[in-house]
Amino acid sequence: MEKEELKKLFSKPDWNDDTIFEADKIVSRIASEYLGIETYPNQFEIITSEQMLDAYSLIGLPISYNHWKFGKDFVINSNQYKKGRMGLAYELVINSNPCISYNMEDNTTCLMVLVLAHAAYGHNTFFKNNYLFKQWTQADSIVDYMVFAKEFIAKCEEKYGYEEVEMTLDACHALMNYGVDKYKKPIKLSTKEEGERLQKKLEDDRILLNDLWRTIPREEKEKLKERRFPDQPEENILYFIEKNSPKLRGWQREIVRIVRKTAQYFYPQGQTKVINEGCATFTHYEIINKMYDDGYLSDGFMQEFYHNHSNVIFQPGFDSKFYSGLNPYTLGFNIFQDLKRMSLNPTHEDLEWFPHIAGKGNWSENFKYIVENFKDETFVLQYLSPKVIRDMRLFEIDDQMENNYYEVSSIHNENGYKKVRESLSQSYNRSRYVPDIQIFDVDVFGDRTLTLEHTPINKRGLDSNEVRKVLPYVEHLWGFPVRIIENGKELATTKK
Amino acid sequence: MSINIVDRRGSSKGKSSENRQRLLKRVEGQIKKALPDIVKNTNVKDLTSSKERVNIPIKGINEPQFTYDKDTGDKKHVHPGNKEYDEGDMIKKPKDGQGKGSGQGKGSNDPNVTEDDFNVSISREEFLDYFFADLELPDMVKKHLNSIVDFKQKRAGYSNYGNPSRLNITRSYKNSMARRMALGLYFDKKIKDIEKKLKGDLTDDERIILEAELDKLKKMKLGVSFMEEVDLQYNNFDKVAVPITSAVMFCVMDVSGSMGEKEKDIAKRFFMLLYMFLTKQYERIEIVFIRHHTTAKEVTEEEFFNSKESGGTVVISALELMSKIIKERYSKDWNIYAAQASDGDVWDKSDANDCYKILDTDILNSIQYMTYIEICRSVAGDLWNNYKALSDKRKNFEIGRINEVGEIWKVFQDFFKKKTA
Repeated sequence: MEKEELKKLFSKPDWNDDTIFEADKIVSRIASEYLGIETYPNQFEIITSEQMLDAYSLIGLPISYNHWKFGKDFVINSNQYKKGRMGLAYELVINSNPCISYNMEDNTTCLMVLVLAHAAYGHNTFFKNNYLFKQWTQADSIVDYMVFAKEFIAKCEEKYGYEEVEMTLDACHALMNYGVDKYKKPIKLSTKEEGERLQKKLEDDRILLNDLWRTIPREEKEKLKERRFPDQPEENILYFIEKNSPKLRGWQREIVRIVRKTAQYFYPQGQTKVINEGCATFTHYEIINKMYDDGYLSDGFMQEFYHNHSNVIFQPGFDSKFYSGLNPYTLGFNIFQDLKRMSLNPTHEDLEWFPHIAGKGNWSENFKYIVENFKDETFVLQYLSPKVIRDMRLFEIDDQMENNYYEVSSIHNENGYKKVRESLSQSYNRSRYVPDIQIFDVDVFGDRTLTLEHTPINKRGLDSNEVRKVLPYVEHLWGFPVRIIENGKELATTKK
Repeated sequence: MSINIVDRRGSSKGKSSENRQRLLKRVEGQIKKALPDIVKNTNVKDLTSSKERVNIPIKGINEPQFTYDKDTGDKKHVHPGNKEYDEGDMIKKPKDGQGKGSGQGKGSNDPNVTEDDFNVSISREEFLDYFFADLELPDMVKKHLNSIVDFKQKRAGYSNYGNPSRLNITRSYKNSMARRMALGLYFDKKIKDIEKKLKGDLTDDERIILEAELDKLKKMKLGVSFMEEVDLQYNNFDKVAVPITSAVMFCVMDVSGSMGEKEKDIAKRFFMLLYMFLTKQYERIEIVFIRHHTTAKEVTEEEFFNSKESGGTVVISALELMSKIIKERYSKDWNIYAAQASDGDVWDKSDANDCYKILDTDILNSIQYMTYIEICRSVAGDLWNNYKALSDKRKNFEIGRINEVGEIWKVFQDFFKKKTA
């Protein structure tokens, strides 16, 4: 089609498959030629608001096993939505190959082009190229694996009863944050291989002996007593339970594994909100502006685009009633935007702070490099520039437990830039929201009590109410009493 | 590679309905607990309107996690939008010690956003299911179980005859395919044979004959029709006899002048519950509404619940009418139930005695079960005393007292609780 024709096509508020098809041709060309990004093939799905609510409740997985927790999320979301308290996202995108994006049917043409660039190219390239996703998730097989999980759990419900299975799942969900490998690379998954592996494992379990049940002669026992089990603290609690719980049955171990694998799949997403949204927002912004520069889009289209774009990156100040923390879209977008600016039009400050980027002009290569190699924590630490700190008027609050006041410890000035940057970077460290709890010891020769240890960071204590509720779940999986200690002191125990 | 556009709008609606059901199961206890309040707080009309959904507040079904205690620890936060603060400024902490948000933006679909309290909205149907889950009419099937028979259509395999609307396409197609394959093979084999012969040494005459035959066979093979009469299969149904029970419920309400707004409201609510219970649980049940002051009258459902009348109270009139109706219409083959509501007022002592007599000698002998509720009366009157004696004597007569709207559900449950055999 001619440019003028396309311009007319994109100016209509209503779209059809042709509109998306034509837009995709242009967007994909600009994405690869202008931004130089690579993506998985795209599967662009059109859904209704009802289906979007369904998708929300499965945290964006196209399929998952049945559990009341998803029902709860669904009910809460649809209540909010029906009361008009919550708008639905224009799109939702899944880290899979092909990259599936769900797009709302009532999006206008402008929004469709926007989400096409944002999700199908921005997020897509991030999923495909970011090191965390490459290392920790298998986009090729996640859908396949969830099919396996759903079928397996349905079968268990049939065989062992729905309550039993639910109890096991509840227990696993309570430990979901502790089912993640941070240092080992997980193996590839697929339905067929999973099935075969499971068969073999169940057979092995039948034949093999669990070490915890072993009875041994006394002298040997004394010697062994000096050894701790596990030798080293284990941070993947679900993994430890799956492998060592004395009482779990074969199918329960498999359920632990399924939850663990799901947790692992989401592990990178929690650590890449800012950079991932920044990447997607920067991508749509660049692509749409380039489309306009190249004459595919009308002024009217751009008006609507800017309206939507500025909604996405709206950042209320800390004292606004709309404030709910830093908007990851805004922060990420601002950083990427500023890197492009300093690459093309550097100031003295930029030359001093970012000598390897400022004025070099290779902004798109740089963009690609960052997308591939960083997560929120490192991204902010490395690239949050003084200009962005000034523009967003970021400031650091020091909240010491024993003080009855907050101190404004740094602001956007020469003194503060580095401190604000470091502090903000730290806030994206996973340990800020997931307490450090590890398997400390199993009383192998006594009553097999499992001891967890919490290592406090910055004097932050655990919510004791929650601890008391979680421990029985751990006990359910472990089969014997469980206790948790902190600095050598016992916090709670399930021992009577 | 071009984009793959999939329109999902037509497919897979209600993906979450299974998960929602599980949530409902999980909070079943809470839903049941909320029922008395709903009976109490909903007005009579809303209680029966079928469109409306019921909102039930759910408390604290949270998913516990190891989390930090918000009040502990030394923390540093970065916030945007500084207007006036300078380095070293101090800001007083709010009294309750709650700090600001953690600086993590939370999206609406963030799994960490948990609300302890929320509402589940359930449909009227689901609501009534919970409502009447453990209740039933006592001795429902005692009488004449086999005397009345209904017919039900039941699947019974397939047949070669039937009307077109029952055509089973899959089966018919399978038959057709099998037939076509079998016939095709038969001809294929013959054709092959001839073709083989044709390759050998033949005289011209033989060749002409064979070629003609080959031609004929090929034509016949093409002639195998796609669908033949013999392929067609129809879904077959049988009529199966099902024994059914027939039941009638008498609702007797006192609408005399002594019944104030409050008393009437309670009585109406009670009957409304009863009415919903009966129509929901039993497909075939007849309900007879009787209202009385000094005289009794059989009325329609609409009148029973809505019209306003008043006067003195003669209870026996209602029971006499009931007895008459039973004899006229429900003398045989019926399971009969009765529920009476009153404020306990009687015309005089003899009225109460008459009631006792007619129930004991006549009505209770022909009916399955009767309940009586007395509303807002703290002192036992003549009617209550008589009925109390009767209820001690007769197994199929229960009485209860309701003073507050909130007690209705409890009494109702006591009356109709499933009794394990």
